Amino acid sequence: MAARAARQTVIPKSTGSDRAFSAFFHALMYGAIGISMLALLTLLYDVARDGVPSISWNFITSFPSRIIPESSGIQSALYGTLFLMVVCATIVVPLGIATAIYLEEYADRTRWWNRLVEVNIQNLAAVPSVVYGILGLAFIVRGPISLGRTVLAGGITLALLVLPVVIIVAREAIRAVPPSIREGSLALGATQWQTIWKQVLPGSIAGIATGVILALSRAIGETAPLLVIGAAVNPRFNPDGLGSAFTALPIQIFAWTQDPNREFVDLAAATIVVMMVLLLLMNSLAIFLRNRYEQKW
Amino acid sequence: MVRRPSGRSRFEGAIKAILFAAAVVSILTTLAIVFSLLRETIAFLGDVGLADYLFGTKWSPQFAGDQQSFGVLPLIWGTLYLTGIGLLVAIPIGILSGVYLSEFAPRAVRKVVKPVLELLAGVPTIVFGYFALTFFTPEVLRNALGLGVNQFNALSAGLILGILVVPTIATLVEDSMSAVPQSLREGSAGLGANQVQTAIRVVFPAALSGVVAALVLGASRAIGETVIILIAGGQQPRLSVNPYESYQSMAAFIASTSRGDIPTGSIEYETIFVVGMTLFLLTLALNIMSIRLVRKYRQVYE
Repeated sequence: MAARAARQTVIPKSTGSDRAFSAFFHALMYGAIGISMLALLTLLYDVARDGVPSISWNFITSFPSRIIPESSGIQSALYGTLFLMVVCATIVVPLGIATAIYLEEYADRTRWWNRLVEVNIQNLAAVPSVVYGILGLAFIVRGPISLGRTVLAGGITLALLVLPVVIIVAREAIRAVPPSIREGSLALGATQWQTIWKQVLPGSIAGIATGVILALSRAIGETAPLLVIGAAVNPRFNPDGLGSAFTALPIQIFAWTQDPNREFVDLAAATIVVMMVLLLLMNSLAIFLRNRYEQKW
Repeated sequence: MVRRPSGRSRFEGAIKAILFAAAVVSILTTLAIVFSLLRETIAFLGDVGLADYLFGTKWSPQFAGDQQSFGVLPLIWGTLYLTGIGLLVAIPIGILSGVYLSEFAPRAVRKVVKPVLELLAGVPTIVFGYFALTFFTPEVLRNALGLGVNQFNALSAGLILGILVVPTIATLVEDSMSAVPQSLREGSAGLGANQVQTAIRVVFPAALSGVVAALVLGASRAIGETVIILIAGGQQPRLSVNPYESYQSMAAFIASTSRGDIPTGSIEYETIFVVGMTLFLLTLALNIMSIRLVRKYRQVYE
């Protein structure tokens, strides 16, 4: 028995077909990577080709028109997105960081409720965004909270949607602070909260900020939940407060994509370009923060 | 000796309570989702009946009288059909990319490929929808390949949906394969296997539960995706296998029906929730499955 096994495990010579398969498999992998890159390049090219010619200062500062593409613009969508982001960040930053601190620094994992919180966050992270829209519609716009179709309702909906992202990234950043830092602080007589506030948070702030920016850049591009809660289409006004009706960049893109007039469809591409530039700026900021302030232990 | 709690320890206790309260918000979110879905779903099933909903083959809630029908099968079919087309693209490309990044990619190539995948993952889905509708359908499928597809069709929406899911699958496959201990690769190489044989026959099987979890998560992502299908796949509930036609998915139905001005308590309002509940349960089942798989695979190597 053992002798037979030993005979079978004698090192085989590399045959021609082995090498051919190896080359074939490499070709498959290059092809796979190539398709992703090609898709991204074509997508960027298509959007730029359709959109860039329509971009002008006039486009940025005008309100959308239903009739004349040339005098149509995205001022109300830009303001709407800005308002939504402020509301979303105001909610998600304290809530996300507090939850992450609780789970990393306080939660006793042998307690069922702490495990429940963890599993629940994992599940929430994978709930489809359109379902958050339903939650927003039934619970925040109408129902128990009844805020109406306002900036505040939209911002809260987006905040709940990206909260799991912030929690997950913030937890990783907090976990990366080595235990020796905490032990040193505690040994010097600091309380647990003093240790967290003076040592753990400053040590993880770069990672947390990166997570918040990534979460906000996800929130900027979300269309489905805002459609479901009923964002305004082509409004010729900016939101003037938290209780105001609103639109947002993705909603404006969606509305123009649905237009039978090709010139409006090109405006959708122009809006996409503006949105992508915004996202690129935010991501550059995240990378900058990570490189500049990340602690190496 | 019993010490009275000092002001300092009372403060510490209060902090812990506040942080715990923040953690509870996520539980409340889940409860609110389930509560809002459940209430209208019960109202809907009281009007229509579970069997007619689950097994009916015609979905036409917008019509009146005899034409109105609430069989959800066409929506479920549309969702699975589009997801299936997407996965046909996403599974091979995602797995091959993940294997390459974990086992083969030189550092210089990784430095280019990783950001491309991250960028692809960060592009809002509405941009993919725009791309599918204005470029992929007319210029690739119709002009370059000469296919007789409709303006809204399952093929375009499904394939682009697949590209959307590639980074999700590739990243998770890479992670699970990188977690396989180096000793397995060395053992395999010591027995005379080349790099490709080691990757396919040793590392990949060792990471299999992680790979399956990646695929499940990718499928769940595709099932819940809304705007690509809404924009490029059309809004036609259909039980068919013709990829040139327009289909409607559950998520796309919800987004196209609910535009904020739909009256509370109407049967149309209720359909949003009952379809939302179906979608929620389907993705929840997939997520639980993938969490279980990941946990199982972690136990092996830690």
